Amino acid sequence: MRYLPLTESDRREMLAKIGARSVDELFRDVPQSARLGAKVAGLPDHLGELEVERAFQAYAAKNVSPSAAPFFIGAGAYRHHVPSTVDYMIQRGEFLTSYTPYQPEITQGTLQYLFEFQTQIALLTAMEVANASMYDGSTGAAEAVLMANRITRREKALISGGLHPQYRRVIETTARWEGFHAVAHKPDVDGREELISAIDKETSCVVVQNPGFFGHVRDFSKLAEACHAAGALLIVVVTEVVSLGLIKPPGEIGADIVVCEGQSIGNGLGFGGPYVGLFATREKYVRQMPGRLCGETVDADGKRGFVLTLSTREQHIRREKATSNICTNAGLCALAFTVHLTLLGEAGFRRLAELNHAKAAQLADKLAAVPGVQLLNDSFFNEFTVRLPKLAAPVVEALAGRRILAGLPASRLIADDPSVANLLLLAATEMSTDHGMDALVAGLKEVL
Amino acid sequence: MTVKYSNEHEWIRVEGEVGTVGISPYAQEQLGDVVFVEVPQAGRTVAKGESVAVVESVKAASDIYSPVSGDVTDGNAALADAPGDINADPMGKGWIFKIKLANKADLDGLMDQAAYDAFVKSLS
Amino acid sequence: MAASQDRSLGRSGGIVAGESTAPATFTGNRALQLEEPLIFEMGQPGRCGVDLPEPPKVKDRLNGLRRTGDVGLPGLSEPQVVQHYTRLSQKNYAIDMGVYPLGSCTMKHNPRINEKVARLPGIGDLHPLQPVSTVQGALELIDALAHWLKTLTGMPAVAMSPAAGAHGEMCGMMAIAAALDAKGERAQRRIVLAPESAHGTNPATAAALGFTVKPIPANDHGRVDLAALKAALGPDVAAIMLTNPNTCGLFESEIVEISAAVHAAGAYFYCDGANFNAIVGRVRPGDLGVDCMHINLHKTFSTPHGGGGPGAGPVVLSQALAPYAPYPWIVKDANGWTVAEDGARVDGQPLGRLKAFHGQMGMFTRALAYIMSHGADGLKQVAEDAVLSANYVMAALKDVMTPAFEGPCMHEALFDDGFLKDTGVSTLDFAKAMIDEGYHPMTMYFPLVVHGAMLIEPTESQAKEDLDRFIGALRSLAEKAKSGTAAEDFKAAPRYAPRRRLDETLAARKPVLRWRPSNSLKQAAE
Repeated sequence: MRYLPLTESDRREMLAKIGARSVDELFRDVPQSARLGAKVAGLPDHLGELEVERAFQAYAAKNVSPSAAPFFIGAGAYRHHVPSTVDYMIQRGEFLTSYTPYQPEITQGTLQYLFEFQTQIALLTAMEVANASMYDGSTGAAEAVLMANRITRREKALISGGLHPQYRRVIETTARWEGFHAVAHKPDVDGREELISAIDKETSCVVVQNPGFFGHVRDFSKLAEACHAAGALLIVVVTEVVSLGLIKPPGEIGADIVVCEGQSIGNGLGFGGPYVGLFATREKYVRQMPGRLCGETVDADGKRGFVLTLSTREQHIRREKATSNICTNAGLCALAFTVHLTLLGEAGFRRLAELNHAKAAQLADKLAAVPGVQLLNDSFFNEFTVRLPKLAAPVVEALAGRRILAGLPASRLIADDPSVANLLLLAATEMSTDHGMDALVAGLKEVL
Repeated sequence: MTVKYSNEHEWIRVEGEVGTVGISPYAQEQLGDVVFVEVPQAGRTVAKGESVAVVESVKAASDIYSPVSGDVTDGNAALADAPGDINADPMGKGWIFKIKLANKADLDGLMDQAAYDAFVKSLS
Repeated sequence: MAASQDRSLGRSGGIVAGESTAPATFTGNRALQLEEPLIFEMGQPGRCGVDLPEPPKVKDRLNGLRRTGDVGLPGLSEPQVVQHYTRLSQKNYAIDMGVYPLGSCTMKHNPRINEKVARLPGIGDLHPLQPVSTVQGALELIDALAHWLKTLTGMPAVAMSPAAGAHGEMCGMMAIAAALDAKGERAQRRIVLAPESAHGTNPATAAALGFTVKPIPANDHGRVDLAALKAALGPDVAAIMLTNPNTCGLFESEIVEISAAVHAAGAYFYCDGANFNAIVGRVRPGDLGVDCMHINLHKTFSTPHGGGGPGAGPVVLSQALAPYAPYPWIVKDANGWTVAEDGARVDGQPLGRLKAFHGQMGMFTRALAYIMSHGADGLKQVAEDAVLSANYVMAALKDVMTPAFEGPCMHEALFDDGFLKDTGVSTLDFAKAMIDEGYHPMTMYFPLVVHGAMLIEPTESQAKEDLDRFIGALRSLAEKAKSGTAAEDFKAAPRYAPRRRLDETLAARKPVLRWRPSNSLKQAAE
């Protein structure tokens, strides 16, 4: 077995040193009834690298990759170009095969990029501080609600109908089992939802998304004022982080906690994970923040260095009093994010956002000209919603049969609301080509 | 004016109706460098044995329990900027909160200096 | 005062300046160790590491919410970015460099074929919400991994979506809460039992779900005290959370009696699977009576730790808990594989949803590649070699260090700080001295039940001659510590790492969590 260095003679020598006759003797504490005489039954034996690679090529061949088809799906995961440098860098063994930097003397590489990452997140969101990442945007959103509950000592979260439906489900699941109220509003299809009148003295937070699930870009500054007047917090979720290159950041409209899905920068689609959650807040709330934090300090020689800090919030110290049970974060995905954003820099990031918006505007104009297709958005960043003259799901299936990955039928994630059955969400990015858009338009005309 | 100690290493010094509470020199020694203190706000009513404050060192977080029942009259706001006062002067500038006692009999169950010194000695 | 603490740091973060090591250089660099500024200190306006086309001119649809002013990101060219992160990488220790004996973390070899297959376009470049007809291979892959996990654990079901071990714990404990709910017993069963040696995530998870955590004591052999456990069980107990092999590196020899007692009391058995590497392919947790167990794919199945993540924490479930597995369910029908999203009818009452999409696919791919590479025969050998290596380390060090418990250990060897008594050298000092010898320290001060704990997990990935060198280094350090004259030397360690001991007190008292143009710490330090 190529991964196992011990030879039979090594094993014999080691057993002799231990003073055991066989490896079985080392397992003597395992109850007799649970000892398997042989290997686990019903499973194949080991394979060489070539056979393994072939097996995965066979899995891959049964999928239609966006690289092989016009592609317009977004809804919380976006297909962007990831520069080669990013993937090279995260595969360096010193980053890839290192553990959580609990020994700062020999993990300054990880710690420094986390410090850079935290700074980048604070800048993008226009917030004061950010943590060293969460599992993803959806779990980050649930953690944000828990944090708001701790700060306000209240237990009712208002969930906008513009929030990604699966994010809403994650918050509702947390609410059900951790014991607070999550009041979800109906899908905000037209982007005109009014939330201020729903805020009361029990409200711990209002959770909105910008741009919303259906693509609308909204000004939540009045909502922020209403939240603060009522002693509640405003949580702003961003699922398309590239939008922050063009849209006024949540920190400037009064958000108290900002949660983003960071996948768009540096991380591929990956069939849904692993992604990277970005989490930012105001300095005054930092001790209520979940997740790891990296901070600057000096070493015994007075040189600048970085350490994980404020760890008394965390489970390995506070145990049942921790702010969250989170242990693992998304370190390597955070590195991918940080390397990509460093390559982009100010100019590249702004241009990438402009490019996405322009591509989406082009796509929207092309689709609006298709008979029977109605654009629902006055505003959007790189994703919008259209109403089709028939059910969207079969249209998407029919286009998939023509090898066009057309978008997301809203009914896939909102199965219980027939009013969204004809709605189709489409996203365009810098990856979208004129040719692909024209193929989509032609395909739609055929199947409608 | 006497100082009494709890077996959770809080001290209380009572003057008139009001007691001042902090942690003992032994406790601060055990904790190491204090980096953050969360003090209770004035007006809060607490029961004896209730967790009212948190003292954090780099890698330890300790709940501070009120040695008596009563109403908090003051929290030491200066600790926000100078948490190290708890290490440097635990019985003085490092006080954590003041409390108006609801029941002076609460003091009876606490240790005096000699008893506490013996208690600490028994721990090492 | 009641402290919850990590004893790995003394006062002042253990800083001792000691004497300087070598003459200073003009640059501050030391040959391959290069000092590196932050990206924010090296950018220039006008530099950019990507070339993007001019955007087409369109009418702005931003609802008047255009961002004004700079974001504040620095501009760097591609070669600067490559050099920057390469230099940073060289300040890290990693599995690829050598023995990484962190107990309870299972730092084993990370094969590169796993990285390669995860990046195949037909796997890595798939959108989670593509029509299911276009992702049949991806769903089949997830099911193939699920089949391995179920078969290796002897459990009937698995929830794949949890993103990490702690997330899996949350999933498993929610499933237990859901099962209690279904029986109308959730209000009455509020207590979760956990040994004092448990991972911190166990009590954190139980408490988050509103349970009261009650510790159960260990006996003198480092295992659960069965009599005390039986006494604690009752109609108010929801579950026991137990790691097996436990955090002392020992197999709970009375595990069958424990699970029988737990079930007889109407409670559930949550097994923390962090230490599955010791028994994978040799013992099926299903045969021990567990109701659910999370599997850290980043431990046992070698998906890279990546400096702290991402991980994945699928949870295997017993028949009693299977109906409550969260959405999505991946099911096969006449038309092939499909994904049952929230609200879809399935054969159960799902507890809800734990994260968006379908789980950590990238980790599934890597774990499956690892599993297929080993096969049933190789995985059994993994457990045997891991246990053999740990016992070898224990045997080779027991005369100079102090093992915490008698008898064979499983995949990790636990020592206490008895051998350092009266030397002036602490567990922390000893560990930091290992850094200068070229090794990552072992896990320190965990589990909490052992004084000055040192937990060594060599894994199956090290050659015997490398273990021998590692053992030799530890023996030399132990003997030096015991000489009684080396305390100052130990306290000044590490001397040769990219940084010496860092001032954690300063970091926590005045948190500097991001760069700002006016940051003055660096100047102050110089």
